[in-house]
Amino acid sequence: MTPKLKFYWLIGGIVTLLLIATLICWVLRRIVKGEASRAVVDNLDMRVRAWWSMVAVFAFAFLLGKTATIVLFAFVSFFALREFITLTPTRPGDHRALSLAFFALIPVQYWLIYYQWYTLYSIFIPVYGFLLLPSFSALAHDTEHFLERSAKIQWGVMIAIYCISHVPALLLLEIPGFEGQDALLLFYLVLVVQMSDVLQYVFGKLFGRTKIAPVVSPSKTVEGFIGGAASATAVGAGMWWITPFTPLQSAGMAFVIVLMGFLGGLVLSAMKRSLGAKDWGTMIRGHGGMMDRMDSVSFAAPVFFHLTRYFFTP
Amino acid sequence: MKPPSYLLVGLTRLLVGATARWVGSQPDTRQRIYFANHTSHIDTVALWTALPPQLRRRTRAAAAADYWGTSAFKRYIALRGLNAVLIDRKRSDPGADPLAPLYLALERGDSLIIFPEGTRSTQPLPGPFKSGLYHLAQRFPSAELIPVYLENLHRSMPKGEFMPVPIACTVRFGAALQAEAGESKDAFLARARDAIVRLAA
Repeated sequence: MTPKLKFYWLIGGIVTLLLIATLICWVLRRIVKGEASRAVVDNLDMRVRAWWSMVAVFAFAFLLGKTATIVLFAFVSFFALREFITLTPTRPGDHRALSLAFFALIPVQYWLIYYQWYTLYSIFIPVYGFLLLPSFSALAHDTEHFLERSAKIQWGVMIAIYCISHVPALLLLEIPGFEGQDALLLFYLVLVVQMSDVLQYVFGKLFGRTKIAPVVSPSKTVEGFIGGAASATAVGAGMWWITPFTPLQSAGMAFVIVLMGFLGGLVLSAMKRSLGAKDWGTMIRGHGGMMDRMDSVSFAAPVFFHLTRYFFTP
Repeated sequence: MKPPSYLLVGLTRLLVGATARWVGSQPDTRQRIYFANHTSHIDTVALWTALPPQLRRRTRAAAAADYWGTSAFKRYIALRGLNAVLIDRKRSDPGADPLAPLYLALERGDSLIIFPEGTRSTQPLPGPFKSGLYHLAQRFPSAELIPVYLENLHRSMPKGEFMPVPIACTVRFGAALQAEAGESKDAFLARARDAIVRLAA
């Protein structure tokens, strides 16, 4: 199968899934009674609608090509960082550091992917960003909570720019026998993470009894995690044909993605709560903000990138 | 709306979001005076962006001539982008009423955006109000007075900085201020300020 054909099969599958989800919403709306259940269906409906637009944007960028995909993720980073910084108490002394993060680190990081300069790409934020951000803040002569402020900005930059940029960075990989198909890996990663989120939500709603971390994330349950993780791993294994992996390798990769995604959801939820918020933002109706949708991706992407690069490129 | 306005609105949405929250009132085409706390140079654009497009056309911001009129670029943004009314804060002509251009705009039936503190503050909550709002309210009793709280903009573009950083800002519109018979100027201004402070909570 050509990469284009694989892509059309993939999109066909996703559209079918969304059609089924839309149909389920439609049926539920007619049979569900009671205030609480109705609210759940309303939320589900909003989520499914948001899914349609997210899939549309993603597929459109993919069809337009590499540049569009990189630009799309640069904007994802931009909005994710905007949400992170909005919830973080910054002071006027952080203004220069924040300008650096938004207007220099984001464009440079994504330009490095476009330019395929991997060696600089991989250390640009951990080295140059890490050292320059607090330097900019220090020049503003404000020592009040300096360490906390610097740490929070660095955290936001690492998650929203560095980690998320590993999704389009998959386009950098040169896997023998898989030339020109890296974009499919990107689809594979995002699909496994999002299916894992959705399936954990569904299994949790159906069978969830034992809460994993009630304080951090009240919706995460042991039953939801096991059911979601197992089925998302199976979904990943079943998609081996769009990857350079064998079915078994694909299952392993999917399992790692699911696990990291779970941890990402947990950690960012804890972070969000320590900043005193329930959602990161209001950008995506039914889902909350950009970060609420990207939390699992941000943890899964760098690890998936690294493992693929380590084991599958010469 | 003119092309420069679209550009301005798009850029504002990208940088600070400027999401509207109609807490105590609803969008309406009747004549209104929106008054808000003032912490940054993008306050005017943010409030204007938060209004629905059909209201923007008839809503004009009062902008200080000594800032917005100083360079061709700022003048362009203020007059072409925002359809602003420039006012002479510095009173270069001692005989003229600095509020006169605002009276003119209200007489034409336009709505207004004003910042009653008269200058930007470094604090999120507004300082004491100048008397301009009182005079406008006395002269145009039929215009609704809508308090507006701009959240987070002091963080996006603190006093002294040249460009805003992206931080999401919400624009909260409160309930119209009701006139009270026989109320003194100071009591009225304190009550107006209170309306904004309550929106901040």
